[in-house]
Amino acid sequence: MKSTPAFFSSLRADRGGQIFLAILAVVALLVPLLNLMVPEANPLHLSTYTVTLLGKYLCFALLALAMDLVWGYCGILSLGHGAFFALGGYAMGMYLMRQIGDRGVYGNAQLPDFMVFLNWKELPWYWQGFDQFWFAMLMVMLVPGLLAFAFGWFAFRSRVTGVYLSIITQALTFALLLAFFRNEMGFGGNNGLTDFKDLLGYNLQSDGMRSALFFASALALALGYLVCRYIVNSKLGRVVTAVRDAESRARFVGYQVEHYKLWIFTFSAVLAGIAGALYVPQVGIINPGEFSPLNSIELVVWVAVGGRATLYGAVAGAVLVNYGKTYLTAALPDVWLFALGGLFVVVTLFLPHGIAGLLAQLRSRKKTLQPAESSP
Amino acid sequence: MNSADHPLDSEHIGEIGRHALIPDTVDVSHRTILYLEDVTVSFDGFKALNNLSLYIDDGELRCIIGPNGAGKTTLMDVITGKTRPDTGSVFFGQTLDLTEMSEHQIARAGIGRKFQKPTVFPEHSVFENLELAMHTDKRVWYSLFAKLRGEQRDRIAEVLQTINLTAQREQRAALLSHGQKQWLEIGMLLMQNPRVLLVDEPVAGMTHQEMDHTAQLLTSLAGKHSVIVVEHDMDFVRSIARKVTVLHEGAVLAEGSMDDVQHDRRVIEVYLGE
Ligand SMILES: Nc1ncnc2c1ncn2[C@@H]1O[C@H](COP(=O)(O)OP(=O)(O)OP(=O)(O)O)[C@@H](O)[C@H]1O
Ligand SMILES: [Mg+2]
Repeated sequence: MKSTPAFFSSLRADRGGQIFLAILAVVALLVPLLNLMVPEANPLHLSTYTVTLLGKYLCFALLALAMDLVWGYCGILSLGHGAFFALGGYAMGMYLMRQIGDRGVYGNAQLPDFMVFLNWKELPWYWQGFDQFWFAMLMVMLVPGLLAFAFGWFAFRSRVTGVYLSIITQALTFALLLAFFRNEMGFGGNNGLTDFKDLLGYNLQSDGMRSALFFASALALALGYLVCRYIVNSKLGRVVTAVRDAESRARFVGYQVEHYKLWIFTFSAVLAGIAGALYVPQVGIINPGEFSPLNSIELVVWVAVGGRATLYGAVAGAVLVNYGKTYLTAALPDVWLFALGGLFVVVTLFLPHGIAGLLAQLRSRKKTLQPAESSP
Repeated sequence: MNSADHPLDSEHIGEIGRHALIPDTVDVSHRTILYLEDVTVSFDGFKALNNLSLYIDDGELRCIIGPNGAGKTTLMDVITGKTRPDTGSVFFGQTLDLTEMSEHQIARAGIGRKFQKPTVFPEHSVFENLELAMHTDKRVWYSLFAKLRGEQRDRIAEVLQTINLTAQREQRAALLSHGQKQWLEIGMLLMQNPRVLLVDEPVAGMTHQEMDHTAQLLTSLAGKHSVIVVEHDMDFVRSIARKVTVLHEGAVLAEGSMDDVQHDRRVIEVYLGE
């Protein structure tokens, strides 16, 4: 509570953020309303499918915020951020598996179906505790956070930067992809975790739950935005961008650059984990495909399209690109990857500051035009 | 502590106290603040520094000159921890072994540096550049909640005035002229409140007037701080120099007053070429 004023004061100069949060507030209230309160026959009714789809976009937007922190503000081009998202998703998936109880195909209350199928006799140690919601939520943040911390500790201390860092982050998510494919890992192998039934005892398929998850995603995105805005407006945020622009200068001024990178990288991973945890109950499945290097690269494209180092740009990029993806994969499924690649090239060449940069440019042009019009 | 014989000591401690947090641990009881002894640095067999020995007194203003490639910048790299010497020892005061410390530790211990090519934080305003350099707790969690105190704002305003950038305080540093960037970097040095300032080619790209101002500034800093200036501009060096060290091929060729050095046969040979 005490820090709330600081959050809001850091919004004061953030026009883009104010607009974004206002839109988000309206959407967060309107979408559940149009789904739950408006009868299906009414043209204003929003289908549950759409609610879930929008909820997914919001999770991606939160993930994009996390990416913008490390890439846009700190200059660390992580090509493995999808891994943290997936780990958060798995932690949530494990809780949802435990919620199934004895309603699985084998009716075993002690073990998830895939373990019965593998002839396992008891729950592995790392599945203990996941029947508790609070524990699972802790793991949603702790597992991605610890991995990012350990990874960053070695990478940043050895002063791995630039392309090399990007490559090893990509290797990280690829290694996890291969590991999670293995049945012996105990995370459902190829099929991943699915057939979820309940969340906190409530039916996951119900319209009410869908709207609740949508609302929770919107809330997480709003809070995530405020915290990120506070961070980038703090002195820590200024140090981080200083490191991005002139790393050795930052060192010689007395900052321990590794610690700053590590902090922002770890925080960002936690945020990505939360996004993954909100995503999984909405799509109803988590499998190793979420670790695919391509996912992490798509994430980079969202942020590039929206505009780096603005926060709201990352949100806009995530929503727009994913809307395009939904549309294209339905209409012209073969075209999507080419479209994604093309988009990246176009943005890199013609819109280095993304949509946010374009808007800022238009606004400043309007500003310079106005006095000229009024003077004669 | 042991530096009771330093004339400006009480004032210095007062200043550190005002900016608080890092105790004054540099032991200058023998009046020497920097010791470099038999330092050798080689890059792929080429010796950029060759058995170099150099001593800087506390509060001294020292000019270092020498032809291109003499090893002047490498010398600063060694002092600030950017380059580790192959052999030799580098001490800050009696006790701090600089070869064992990392860049940020050396900076926090009180050695500030201006690069040959001016490097400031281009996307930050002039004010923010100074704020970032300011002597304070520079750990992560502190920075997350840091708020500027009144006296810190005053100090920034004071430095802005000293470096003639008050009018540009809200301007992005990338937009400054070359000379202004040089000054901003000097200003950042001042904000760090270091014991030793290493200044690599401070007047490149400056007008004569700006140069005079810089000369004034650097001489006024000596006494309270130790200042080491590397510069090619001989007029500038003459205007500030008390003691000059000539480097050549990674070693000290001559040392003394500007006049002595200028009339040294070996120095003339090096500069005029055999
Ligand atoms: N990282 C490095 N790798 C290889 N050689 C280097 C490196 N740094 C410096 N050198 C070489 O060491 C020698 C000394 O370089 P240094 O930059 O210290 O010279 P300087 O006296 O500062 O010259 P200038 O007046 O041109 O700035 C040069 O020959 C340079 O090419
Ligand atoms: Mg040099």
